Amino acid sequence: MSAPAQAPRLLPPISRRRLVTDKVMRAIVLASIVVALVPLVLTIYYVTKRGISTIDWDFFTTDPTGRSCISENKALCPPAGGVKSAILGTLTMVALATAIAVPIGIGVALYLVEFGKATWFAKFVRYFVDVLTGVPSVVFGLFVYIVLVVTQVGGDSFAGWKGSIALALLMLPIVARAAEVVLNLVPESLREAALALGAQRWRVVFRIVLPTALPGLITGSLLAVARAAGETAPLLFTAAVAFGSTANLGERMNSLPVQIFNDIQNPQARIVDRAWASALTIIVLVLLISLLARLISRRSRLA
Amino acid sequence: MARLPDRLLRWGLTGLAAGILALIAFFFIRLYVEAKPAFDRFGVIGFVFDNNWDVSASQYGAWALVVGTLITSAIALVIGVPIAVATALYIAELAPRRLRGVLTVMIELLAAVPSVVYGLWGVFFLIPKLRGAEVWVGHTLSFVPFIGLPDDQKTIPGPNYFIAGLILAIMILPLVSAISREVIATVPKENKEAALALGATRWEMIRMTVLPYSRAGIAGASMLGLGRAIGETIAVTLVIGNAPVIGENIWSQGYTLAAVIANEFNEAASVPIHRAALIAAGLVLFVLTLLVNVVARYFVVRAERGGAPKVAPGMSGG
Repeated sequence: MSAPAQAPRLLPPISRRRLVTDKVMRAIVLASIVVALVPLVLTIYYVTKRGISTIDWDFFTTDPTGRSCISENKALCPPAGGVKSAILGTLTMVALATAIAVPIGIGVALYLVEFGKATWFAKFVRYFVDVLTGVPSVVFGLFVYIVLVVTQVGGDSFAGWKGSIALALLMLPIVARAAEVVLNLVPESLREAALALGAQRWRVVFRIVLPTALPGLITGSLLAVARAAGETAPLLFTAAVAFGSTANLGERMNSLPVQIFNDIQNPQARIVDRAWASALTIIVLVLLISLLARLISRRSRLA
Repeated sequence: MARLPDRLLRWGLTGLAAGILALIAFFFIRLYVEAKPAFDRFGVIGFVFDNNWDVSASQYGAWALVVGTLITSAIALVIGVPIAVATALYIAELAPRRLRGVLTVMIELLAAVPSVVYGLWGVFFLIPKLRGAEVWVGHTLSFVPFIGLPDDQKTIPGPNYFIAGLILAIMILPLVSAISREVIATVPKENKEAALALGATRWEMIRMTVLPYSRAGIAGASMLGLGRAIGETIAVTLVIGNAPVIGENIWSQGYTLAAVIANEFNEAASVPIHRAALIAAGLVLFVLTLLVNVVARYFVVRAERGGAPKVAPGMSGG
């Protein structure tokens, strides 16, 4: 805190021009954030407005029909059906994808934080996990299509579990990145204390590190789940197309995003209505998962 | 000496990490092998730089798709990055403390809306509502290349490069904003306080300390946004028009690499050369995003390392 050796270069005295520039720039920045939030508000508003009228009990309890209807009179058309199979498919495929991606992702993060640290190999792995987060989801779908669908692994070509693998590939880097950040937050003193008491490394990992980091690990995984639940492209080439309900991951499976994608391109208004209602369903689902993730991260004692 | 369970854990986890690397290698090789028929027939250069994607003639030159990908991504960056950086600045430097959390969550929610829902909204809301405004801008700026419309053109196709770019801008905004905010957070408090103590206004403080300090990081954040925009598939497929030609201006229909894969995939399944061409398009997309991401990481990592001295890990807990 010693006095500066020479007087610092001072700003010009506070002038009207400087004050006005300040005001204008702050207003522009404030306007930008309003502009940024407009699409969020508009999307949620329109999806709710257009979707809510189509949602009734049948929407959740019937399967979509593939039937087309030329008649203008809605009463003469067979029912378009709901999205039961799509919801069921999304839930089962995302569940399997989570079961694959979360243990592997957390395992990789554990390696990086507990064992690899700053070795060249760990740096290499960390770099490529980063690279994986940037790979477009459509490329993951294409990859699973080449490796599992074309080769007809497990009998049929398209199957729910193949969709799950594509989603798991997408989730893996997200889970690993998030887990690494959280594991790094576990205080080194906790590990050292346990080791000093004579605990073995694996006990430290399973009894100290993982439980301490648990809320953060769940949050990271849930955010990956939310991302996967809304993905269309990887499922297009691996699990679709199907209309009927099934919980059998060995069969073709419908899913909400794929159902919406197909319904949008349908010329019939009533099918498009179903797309809006499905969009509302998936948004609510994803927002609930994200909200849950935030609530859990609040309970974390770390950082 | 480490005991058995310890060694098991260590080598098990190391194996897992090595598995990831093997997976990426396998990924790349399989894509290349499957795309090879297309590269053999048209040549790598021919596939990427020839402008003749014609399914009925079995000609696959992807230049129109590459250009479409670059145009839509460029529009996304031009619209999205300034807004994203401004939101990051507002949240990090100007917002009242109470508002910060709420605004952060709301910007993150933008990323939670699935791609297909933005596509749906784009098709049935953005396209019809913006058409008039697009024509007006085209005529008003008729002297600007690629934006101006000739006076005699009174109408434009609904799905076009601009709409696709606009939706991409919305989709990359939360990513660019979040990373910019992280980078801005590394600007040392001393620098900012020094500027304020010298009598700088808030904006001058941002211009003199925050922006110069975080320039590289913001560049990196924008590159990550670019990577996201290049690979975005479903929303773009719905609003780009799916015409494998290079449009005259940003109000023309086009196609992107990702969109062509999603759209032509079903018909291609039974035609080997078409399928190989789509997989080749996927490979080009993959390589393009890899390059963009590698450059982006370089900037972001450098920016975050350049920050204030790191607190030792043991001291940051609690």
